[in-house]
Amino acid sequence: MDLNRRQFFKVAAIGLGGSSLAALGMAPTPAFAEQVRHFKLAHTKETRNTCPYCSVGCGLIMYSQGDAAKNVAQNIIHIEGDADHPVNRGTLCPKGAGLLDFIHSPNRLQYPQVRKPGSKEWTRISWDEALDRVADLMKADRDANFIEKNAQGQTVNRWLSVGFLAASASSNEAGYMTHKVIRSLGMLGFDNQARV
Amino acid sequence: MASQDIIARSATTTAPPSIRQQEEVAKLIDTTKCIGCKACQVACSEWNELRDEVGHSYGTYDNPHDLGAETWTLMRFTEHENADGNLEWLIRKDGCMHCADPGCLKACPSPGAIIKHANGIVDFNQDHCIGCGYCITGCPFNIPRISQKDHKAYKCTLCSDRVAVGLEPACVKTCPTGAIVFGSKEDMKEHAAERIVDLKSRGFDNAGLYDPDGVGGTHVMYVLHHADQPKLYAGLPDQPVISPLVGLWKGVSKPLALLAMGAAVLAGFFHYVRIGPNRVEEDEHPSTPDTSVHVVDPAVHVYDPHKPGGQGEERP
Amino acid sequence: MTNHWTDIANANLILVMGGNAAEAHPCGFKWVTEAKAHNKARLIVVDPRFTRTASVADYYAPIRTGTDIAFMGGLINYLLSNDKIQHEYVHNYTDVSFIVKAGFTFEDGLFSGYDADKRSYTDKSGWSYEIGEDGFAKVDPTLQDPRCVFQLMKQHYSRYTPELASQVCGMPVDSMRKIWEEIATCSQPGKTMTILYALGWTQHSIGSQIIRSAAMVQLLLGNVGMPGGGVNALRGHSNIQGLTDLGLLSNLLPGYLTLPSDAEQDYNAFIAKRASKPLRPGQLSYWQNYGKFHVSLMKAWYGANATAENNWGYDYLPKLDIPGYDVLKMFDMMAKEQVNGYFCQGFNPIAALPDKNRVTAALSKLKWLVVMDPLATETSEFWRNAGPFNDVDSANVQTEVIRLPTTCFAEEDGSLVNSSRWLQWHWKGAEGPGQARTDVWIMSALFLRLRERYQKEGGAWAESILKLNWPYKTAHEPTPEEIAKEFNGYAVADVTDASGATIKAGQQLGAFAQLKDDGSTASGCWIFCGSWTEQGNQMARRDNADPFGMKQNLGWAWAWPANRRILYNRASADVQGKPWSPEKRLVWWNGKAWGGTDVPDFKADVPPEAGMNPFIMNPEGVARFFALDKMAEGPFPEHYEPFETPIGVNPMHPNNKKAISNPAGRVFDSVWDTLGQAKDFPYAATTYRLTEHFHFWTKHCPINAITQPEQFVEIGEVLAKEKGIAAGDRVRVSSKRGHIEAVAVVTKRIRPLQVNNQTVHQIGIPLHWGFTGVTRHGYLTNTLVPFLGDGNTQTPESKSFLVNVEKI
Repeated sequence: MDLNRRQFFKVAAIGLGGSSLAALGMAPTPAFAEQVRHFKLAHTKETRNTCPYCSVGCGLIMYSQGDAAKNVAQNIIHIEGDADHPVNRGTLCPKGAGLLDFIHSPNRLQYPQVRKPGSKEWTRISWDEALDRVADLMKADRDANFIEKNAQGQTVNRWLSVGFLAASASSNEAGYMTHKVIRSLGMLGFDNQARV
Repeated sequence: MASQDIIARSATTTAPPSIRQQEEVAKLIDTTKCIGCKACQVACSEWNELRDEVGHSYGTYDNPHDLGAETWTLMRFTEHENADGNLEWLIRKDGCMHCADPGCLKACPSPGAIIKHANGIVDFNQDHCIGCGYCITGCPFNIPRISQKDHKAYKCTLCSDRVAVGLEPACVKTCPTGAIVFGSKEDMKEHAAERIVDLKSRGFDNAGLYDPDGVGGTHVMYVLHHADQPKLYAGLPDQPVISPLVGLWKGVSKPLALLAMGAAVLAGFFHYVRIGPNRVEEDEHPSTPDTSVHVVDPAVHVYDPHKPGGQGEERP
Repeated sequence: MTNHWTDIANANLILVMGGNAAEAHPCGFKWVTEAKAHNKARLIVVDPRFTRTASVADYYAPIRTGTDIAFMGGLINYLLSNDKIQHEYVHNYTDVSFIVKAGFTFEDGLFSGYDADKRSYTDKSGWSYEIGEDGFAKVDPTLQDPRCVFQLMKQHYSRYTPELASQVCGMPVDSMRKIWEEIATCSQPGKTMTILYALGWTQHSIGSQIIRSAAMVQLLLGNVGMPGGGVNALRGHSNIQGLTDLGLLSNLLPGYLTLPSDAEQDYNAFIAKRASKPLRPGQLSYWQNYGKFHVSLMKAWYGANATAENNWGYDYLPKLDIPGYDVLKMFDMMAKEQVNGYFCQGFNPIAALPDKNRVTAALSKLKWLVVMDPLATETSEFWRNAGPFNDVDSANVQTEVIRLPTTCFAEEDGSLVNSSRWLQWHWKGAEGPGQARTDVWIMSALFLRLRERYQKEGGAWAESILKLNWPYKTAHEPTPEEIAKEFNGYAVADVTDASGATIKAGQQLGAFAQLKDDGSTASGCWIFCGSWTEQGNQMARRDNADPFGMKQNLGWAWAWPANRRILYNRASADVQGKPWSPEKRLVWWNGKAWGGTDVPDFKADVPPEAGMNPFIMNPEGVARFFALDKMAEGPFPEHYEPFETPIGVNPMHPNNKKAISNPAGRVFDSVWDTLGQAKDFPYAATTYRLTEHFHFWTKHCPINAITQPEQFVEIGEVLAKEKGIAAGDRVRVSSKRGHIEAVAVVTKRIRPLQVNNQTVHQIGIPLHWGFTGVTRHGYLTNTLVPFLGDGNTQTPESKSFLVNVEKI
């Protein structure tokens, strides 16, 4: 051990200041009952979910503060593995065990935004502005570039000048709706994250 | 757990009001099943609401770089070439061992700051902690750390809040490969025995249980492939013992010290416990840690886990 | 996965190769430790690096990245020459006896029909069976015919001697033999090996063929369809299985149905081509039902507007002029200014796709980009200057970017499909932050706005939009329940199933066997039919009972197809219908029907003596060693070097320059100039993820950032010493396409390998850092990766390329 002199004096001073009276055995005892931190999940609401990261599909239990009464905004405060789940049996890997910080990440997006051509920054916009703008851009491009017939005169009904990359962790329901809408537009530049 | 479950209390001479008989619990960490995924680290921080600083990579997988007031458990990685020339990646989850004979509790001068429950859990009560750091001196495993924020000592509680309501610790529940298991100490020893038979059948002739006598046994135990060489596992002590001088302070010196209560006497005594007799020349020399073994600078009050070796240099 | 996570516990031997299951799938890997603990199983790991999986393995051997076919080819040769195969299985359940056309040849690294100018096999006519006058494929059960698959396979792999395989792989011959001997023990009927792989096999220019070579090994051992066996792809993301099942790919429709090509103007011919007739007597050839699946899909999408008269809305579907517009193709077109607008829904292409600088340049050519994501991805900010990590001039990027906040898993109901093919339902626990909305809400909002505009203004081919079936009670936000019921399917009119039971119009269908091609049923994804029946939401089931102790858990959630847990499980029983071994019992013939511990992957009432074979999706009824014309680069897997090879030659074909790298790999014209050579970039590099992080998501999570805060690369001790690099030093890693800088982890876990009589060093490059997030910011690793890939899957070669390393 190589405690140097200056460090030693700090130790000694703080140690003595605190310990002298207590060391006489005069410490109060009532705090005994508070030795253990309160169990924080006692009245939380439990919701079953599935881990959104890898493909093991571990079962989760999300614990949220509030009992889902009308005046409460449920806030998830803890997540742990679902012991009933046949694969993970309650376990979670470091990503799954840290899911709380995904939900509450400081980098969660909160509002629609636009970055104008050449700009260095985001501007907040409303959902209506955002959706109208995207729908207008899509329609203008589709009407201009849609191919109903190829050079041989065959019916092909495709739209190649706009593409769509689909997610890897969205639900089946989201994926199905995305596919249904995108194909109805005739889009072929459609892909997901299966390759990477 | 209530007061009746406490069987030892730091710096308290009156007998603890323990009337309940509880079975001793234990956490068994099987290093041979551990994949070093750090799920236990994350689950610990998540449950205990701790977020250490985002540090640096120091060219190893150990992150954070050391235990801290906000990092109560940590994976330590060692690349070891065995006698046959084969590589082994030995990974050990470090943290409080919950000794049956806790050196921290013995050394602690503040009544009730460290307590031992009948089930074997050794817990710190920060309400009573005075931040003196003697628990670090008393600990043969170099586990407790003083917070830079509130100057209190912190370490693994074995999730006493979870265990009190019948749950297992957070790290145990999360462990993906079942390398960490929890139950009565007897059951854990039996589980370890089965594991050791399996390991011997796979060529690990020296596989064994780490439950060191020097601290009366522990409530956190390891299964090691090389139980004959605990030091291979990032400096796990071969034969941990509490410094005899901590015992002396408790047994003999304490009454004397209380009588005298002279600052110099007590301070001098602890100085002796920590570093031996004064030497004149030592002053502010930078420490140079041996990186192969995780020795922590015992200068607890200036110890900053984010500044390895006390250098505190900022990386480019 | 052919099998599933908990089934790994039934294995006697586990081979982890082309993946790092402990690191990437820790909770699934638990079943490996369970197999070891309760089944005395052994674990073998083959990987360029000594990984976290290797740290708990019984045996580990290193391999040069991208040379797995040489290892597997050598193993096939070993099994055949030492007669370590499961004879009864191989003879009855595979194509070994099938006679191949005389036109098929293999000479000096090239199969017949190659067009060097087009870099593809333009004439695959020889890659098929001889067909007899009865319309069935010809066979020789004696296996003596030199043109039978068995003889051709034996001949093809006879070149893969241990010595040559070792020269290619860099794995010492002794290690190789040791592993092969152990694997060979699993040819006993009562013993199974499982193979676990992931992107370590797929992300190569020969990725699909690596996986085929593994499947061939498993067929020789009789391990496909067996508990504790199979070829198991550990999918990367939580629902990439589901989104693939739902066909979110350029050329697919839900349930692995395919879009028509331009030439397929005739609807009936389009269906007939896909509804394969049996190639051997008595075989099921399940795709014969193709028309039922397709029509039911079109009824789900177009409702009453899909009619027999309009060929069930055939013209509503776009037709393909090329095999597909996959993401690499789209970014190539984007660079040529052929794409104006692009959407990224939960996908971060500048981080995930190869050659970040190329991807950024392509995005900069867009007029507009829409990003839907819960997190602030790099892609959404590709225009922002982030110093050396993203050195762009914002003023020059004229792309308009619209970023839409989405909810995450915790904030919505729905189902995901895991790697076991289980559809599992989950429930919402809280509202999303701020104004975040679900993907369903956003897609519906866009659709309704477009439909309204087309109704009012008209426009190009409005029919396919205006006629789309939109039956949801709240049009702007269909509920997950409504959607799930739609992809399961319902009766449009009263229908009667095979058992004579009537399903009334409007009722949920119970199984895909009830689907019809007359428009009386609707099902948005036929393989998901059975997931939400009249009995309710099967995906939400939570009975984890395991009555046979075989870990099949049939009452938990719902697995496609038909809730069966192990694919091809008929092959777990012998020809007479009896399990090969009592320990491996899965399904069996009880005298009247097939049944057992799993749902039989077979026609339940067909007795064994009828001669129907287990691989019911194949027209021949058996599994294929010979891939016919299904693969881009040939019917048998052959080793080709990565496009950036550290040795510059293919030791299998040292004299044929056309056969150095995959002759049919996917390389765009503009990419050749971006490939480096070993003289400038001498080290073989491979990229991967770490257990502490999930791709580019968890760097936004403080608790995960703490556990791996800063970008690093892994360098073997020997090379580090040569280069004067110590652990903790900063190094620059560069490829022909760009560079990154990171902390050096110097390790014993990466050893130099002796390959083709030279030393090859490998560099490991994890991929989790970027210029957004709460970790220390870093470079996007894919800056280094070449923009080329597999000719079948278009998967980029992220696992094998060349770099240089310098200390900074």
